[in-house]
Amino acid sequence: MFHEPAQQSGRDPASSYKSRIGNRMFLLYALIYAGFVAINITNPALMEAEALWGLNLAVVYGFFLIIFALVLAMVYSHMCGKKEAEMDAQGNREGK
Amino acid sequence: MAIIIFLAFVGFVLGLSFYFGAKTKSASGYYAAGGNIHWGVNGIAFAGDYLSAASFLGICGMIATSGYDGFLYSIGYLAGWMVALFVVAEPMKRLGKYTFTDAVDAKFNSQGIKLMGAISTLIVSLCYLIPQMVGAGVLVEPLLGLPHAAGVIIVGAVVIIIVATAGMTSTTYVQFLKGGLLIVFSLIVTVALLVRGLSTKPDQGGKVPFYAYAELAATQMDGKVIPADPTWTVLETKAVKDQTFLKLAREGKPSWWLKSQKEGKVALKECQWESQSPGQPKLVNGEAGAKLRQVGNLVAINGDTSPEAKTGPVGPFGFLSKLGAKDTKIQQWKITKFKDASGAEVAVHHPYITTGNKILRPGAKFKIEGSFLERLDFVSLMLALFLGTAALPHILIRYYTVPSPAAARKSTIVAIAAIGFFYLLTLYMGLGAMVNNVINPLDNNMSAPLLAKSFGTFLFAVISAIAFATVLGTVAGLIVAASGAVAHDLMDRYAKIKMTEHQKVRAGRIAAFAVGIIAIILGILFKGQNVSFLVGLAFAVAASANLPAIVMLLFWKRTTSKGIAASITVGILSSLTLIALSPNIFKQFGLDPTKAPIPFDNPGIVSIPLSFLVLVVVSLLTKPNQMTLESET
Repeated sequence: MFHEPAQQSGRDPASSYKSRIGNRMFLLYALIYAGFVAINITNPALMEAEALWGLNLAVVYGFFLIIFALVLAMVYSHMCGKKEAEMDAQGNREGK
Repeated sequence: MAIIIFLAFVGFVLGLSFYFGAKTKSASGYYAAGGNIHWGVNGIAFAGDYLSAASFLGICGMIATSGYDGFLYSIGYLAGWMVALFVVAEPMKRLGKYTFTDAVDAKFNSQGIKLMGAISTLIVSLCYLIPQMVGAGVLVEPLLGLPHAAGVIIVGAVVIIIVATAGMTSTTYVQFLKGGLLIVFSLIVTVALLVRGLSTKPDQGGKVPFYAYAELAATQMDGKVIPADPTWTVLETKAVKDQTFLKLAREGKPSWWLKSQKEGKVALKECQWESQSPGQPKLVNGEAGAKLRQVGNLVAINGDTSPEAKTGPVGPFGFLSKLGAKDTKIQQWKITKFKDASGAEVAVHHPYITTGNKILRPGAKFKIEGSFLERLDFVSLMLALFLGTAALPHILIRYYTVPSPAAARKSTIVAIAAIGFFYLLTLYMGLGAMVNNVINPLDNNMSAPLLAKSFGTFLFAVISAIAFATVLGTVAGLIVAASGAVAHDLMDRYAKIKMTEHQKVRAGRIAAFAVGIIAIILGILFKGQNVSFLVGLAFAVAASANLPAIVMLLFWKRTTSKGIAASITVGILSSLTLIALSPNIFKQFGLDPTKAPIPFDNPGIVSIPLSFLVLVVVSLLTKPNQMTLESET
C-alpha cells in the first residue's frame, strides 16, 4: 500500500488552477533571471552603467530579482488563497 | 565576555533540544515534527535552514574579497525559491510522507526509486554538510582560540546530541530562533555600518589604529632594483610569473616588498608575509607566533584621495553608489607562494588596487569576459543555484512539517521574505568588510563576524554565537534528512526490516551518529575552501540528482519508475565525477589545476540536462507504471 502524508491534505479542487498560475509565474521569473545571466555573459560592461539613484545596473537588477521574487510570491499566494476560498464556498453550496 | 555569551547561547540551544526531545516518541514526530508546525514558525525555520554557514559566512566572505560576484550567490539562492514555491511546494506536500524518496516513489512503490532516492539524499546531504563543518571550524578559531579541527569536532558532537535526542521538532524551533536572530543582528550590523560611513583610514571606531603600508621610492639599473633610501638593503629578488618581489632588510630585520611601476617610476610596496623553514617555527611578518594583520580599505572615495577622506553616515543607496564609483579605489590583497633562496616556503600577501565600478559588477571572480568555457562555467553555476534549492532534501522535508499544502505555500512566502531581506544585507556586510580593514587574509569566511567585531565585542560574540547556531541548525537538519534516508528509506521501506515505532526512531538516531562522524572527517579535509563555493557544488549535485525526478514526475505522465531511478543515478554520478575532475578539486588536493581533465568547476550545465535526458529516454523505453493517487482524483 502507498503510505500517506504525515498530515492528510485531502482532495484539492484548486490544485490545477494553482499549478497553472505557478507554472506561468515560474516561466516569467525564469525569463527575467535568464536575462540577467545573458547580459552578464554577452555584455558585462553594461552592468557598470548607472541605472537608478546612482546605482549601477548590476545592483539594480540584482535587487530587483530579489524583491520581485517576493512580490510574485505574494501575488501567487493571494491568487491561490482566493481560488481555494471560491472552491470551498462552491463545495459547501453543492454539499447543501 | 565573548566566550560566555557564546557558550550561553549554545547551552540554550541544547536545552531547547532536550526539552523537545523528551516529547518525541513517534517516527512522525522525529522526521516531520508530527506535521503540526505553524506555517509562520516553519517559514522562519525555512529561512534558518537555508541561511546556513554558506549564506552568512561564505557569501559575505566572497563579497568581501570578490565584490559583486559573491552577491551572485545571494541572487541565485533566492531565485531558487521561485522553483520551490511555484513548481514543487504544494505537489510535494501532497505526495510525500517523511522524505524526498517517499515523494518521488509515491506513484510507483518501486524498489529502484527507494534505493536511489535514499542514496541521493545521503550524498546531497553529505555534500551540503561539508561547507557547514568547514564554517564551524572557521568560527571557533578566533572565538575560542581552538584549531579548525576542534571546531569541526565540537559542532559534529553537539549536533549528533541534538539530532539523536530530538529530531525535527527541536531542529525546527532551533532554526526558527536562529533564523530570526540572524536577520535581526545582520540588520543591526548593517545599520551600524551605514552610520559609520566610509573612510580611507578605517580604525574600527578608534579601537584598532589603521596600519598604513609603506611605499619606497626606488630606481632600476641593469635589471637591479635599488631602494632610494640607503638604509634599506636588498637581500634577494624573486620573480614569480609577471611579478617581482624583493626581500629587503633594515637594522637586520627582513621584510618582503612588491615591485610596482607606474608612469616610468619604480616603487616598492610593503607586503605581509609568512615564512616556513624546515625545522623552524613559522614566521609571520618576521615574528614567530604572530598573526597577519587584517586587510581591506579604501584608498580614494569618489576621487578624494586625502589620507583621511571620510563620508560620515551614509544612506543605503549612497553607500553603494559611492563604493561603486569609477573614481573610488579599494585596496585588496592576494597571495603569492614561492620558495626563497634559503629554501623556505614563503607566502607573500600583497596589495593591489581595484576601482569601485569593477567591484560592483560581476567579473572579479567569475571570468565572464573570458573564454567560452569560462562563461559556460558561470552559466552552469547560475543554473545550479536556480534549480538546486527545490531539490535539497533538508529543504524538501520541511514541507512535511506543516499541516496542509496552503500552509506549505505560506511558509515558503515567509521564507522568501526573510531570506530575500537577509540577502540584501549580505551585500552591505560583505562590502563593509572589504573596506573596514577586517578581512583575514588567510580565510575570507570570517569577514562578517569580524566586521561585527569592529563595532564591539558584544556584537561579535552574539553574531558568532548565531553563526555557530546557524551551523548547528543546518547540520542538524541535514543529518535528520540523511538519517531519514538510511533508517526510513533504506532499512524500513527498501530492505523491509520490521521495526516498531520506537525501533525506527532508534535506527534514525544511530544513522544520525554515523552520518555525523563522516561529516566531521570531510569538514576537516576541506579546510580553507570558501563555504559558499562548496554549497554551490552541493546545489549542482542536488539539482542534477533530484530535480529532474521531481519535475518530470509532476509534469510528465509518461515518467516511469525506471526512468526516475536511472535519472537519479546518472545525476549523482555525472555531477560528482565532473566535480572530482574539476580544477578546483585538483587545487584543493595539491594537484596542478591546469591539468584537470574537466576545464570548469561547476557541473550543472552538463549534469542537469543529462539527468533529464536519461529520465525521458529510459521512461520511453520502459512500460508506463504510474498510478493515480487519491488526492489527484
